[in-house]
Amino acid sequence: MDTLIAQYTEPVYDDEIYDGEDAQLTRISGPPTANLKFALPPIAQPSAFLRAVTDDHANPDCPIKIAHGTTTLAFRFKGGIIVATDSRATSGNWIASQTVKKVIEINDKMLGTMAGGAADCQFWLNYLGMECRLHELRHKRRISVAAASKVLSNIVYSYKGMGLSMGTMITGVTPQEGPALYYVDSDGTRHQGDLFCVGSGQTFAYGVLDAEYSYDLSTEDALALGTRSILAATHRDAYSGGYINLYHVKEDGWVKHGFTDTDGIFWKRKLETGEFSNVTVDL
Amino acid sequence: MKAEDDKTRILNDHCLMAYSGEAGDTGMLTRSFGRGKVQFAEFIQANVQLYGMRSNCTQALSPSSVSSFVRTELAKSLRSRKPYNLNLLIGGYDTVNDKPELYWLDFLAAKDKLPYAAHGYAQYYCLSILDKHHHPNIDLEQGLKILRMCIEELDRRMPMNFKGVNVKVITKTGIQDLEY
Repeated sequence: MDTLIAQYTEPVYDDEIYDGEDAQLTRISGPPTANLKFALPPIAQPSAFLRAVTDDHANPDCPIKIAHGTTTLAFRFKGGIIVATDSRATSGNWIASQTVKKVIEINDKMLGTMAGGAADCQFWLNYLGMECRLHELRHKRRISVAAASKVLSNIVYSYKGMGLSMGTMITGVTPQEGPALYYVDSDGTRHQGDLFCVGSGQTFAYGVLDAEYSYDLSTEDALALGTRSILAATHRDAYSGGYINLYHVKEDGWVKHGFTDTDGIFWKRKLETGEFSNVTVDL
Repeated sequence: MKAEDDKTRILNDHCLMAYSGEAGDTGMLTRSFGRGKVQFAEFIQANVQLYGMRSNCTQALSPSSVSSFVRTELAKSLRSRKPYNLNLLIGGYDTVNDKPELYWLDFLAAKDKLPYAAHGYAQYYCLSILDKHHHPNIDLEQGLKILRMCIEELDRRMPMNFKGVNVKVITKTGIQDLEY
């Protein structure tokens, strides 16, 4: 039935592409393009097709395997925002990389985190960076984090049901908002909050973070808590690991606090504090 | 279905078994197993005592022996026509070596001796807390503080309400119920 309908229906993008020069020009010079349209593949149901070729769970032999497992976290505190991630990319049971940069620098004031499809996150956060720059040029001031996160959530919402996969946190500190943190995912969900963990290791990170989180944490303690929460997740979640990528976002921009191997941090913690007593090793 | 169901069984003076899994297997229905119609939890409870009497008359079975016996029964059941679908935690105090012990068993009859353990979704929420705060030398008070942290986290983040907890403590002197 869908195939029949497709045969006798004109694709939606046709008029926009072939309408001649004038239409093209108005589109390029027009207002911001939050609802930009992509040329869709010439098949009846692109989303069903995408699901068929990427659904690893239903079909382990599927030709496209999307990178999924992750642990990312961000939390607000009096000194700004801490953003921390692991660095492992997995494709099914295969560790595709241990050195992924899951903190995406949208511009020198704002950060985004990457969970879900790596390509979707990289592309759309990069695109968001462009929209933010355009906002700056048009309005002669920085975009608020609330507005930036809404631009992103509107974009992903317009692609809802078409197979986008991303769970991201948008962070930044602006004079009007103070430290601001938003969670945006490919379902179109957008939440403001003090503390988020996203990814397959989120529950482990929440466990450590919830127990000791407070808005009045010192910067040093906040950085340590971020690191320790990611470490907890890399220890228990098979799809998280590698290096801990740590950032501190302040009003005058973000500061990077290293890309540190979890192996070294783990053994230092274990030997110095006696944590991880389930790991029994005679040294 | 029932808010204050006790999902534990006392196996002997110093041994307690906590179980979770398919309703019938834990104790709400009767089913055929081995010699008669006995549910696993009660079957184990009775047979640990019998086994103890047969093999070692002078004193009760140690936690390690109890857990090995339970594992053997689970392993037998695993390859039977209708295996049990139960996950267990067995805690006990070894009075001979003067040491507390904890065993983690799953429905595939895997057994592990651990300093702290959980089953099901609780693992995702609690193990990271235990990784951080557990230490072999903690006393009862600190242990209960960590337990409280775990339960608070489950209350805060788990999408379901588990309607209270049963807390039991196994010490040298035996098994006690604790108000929570």
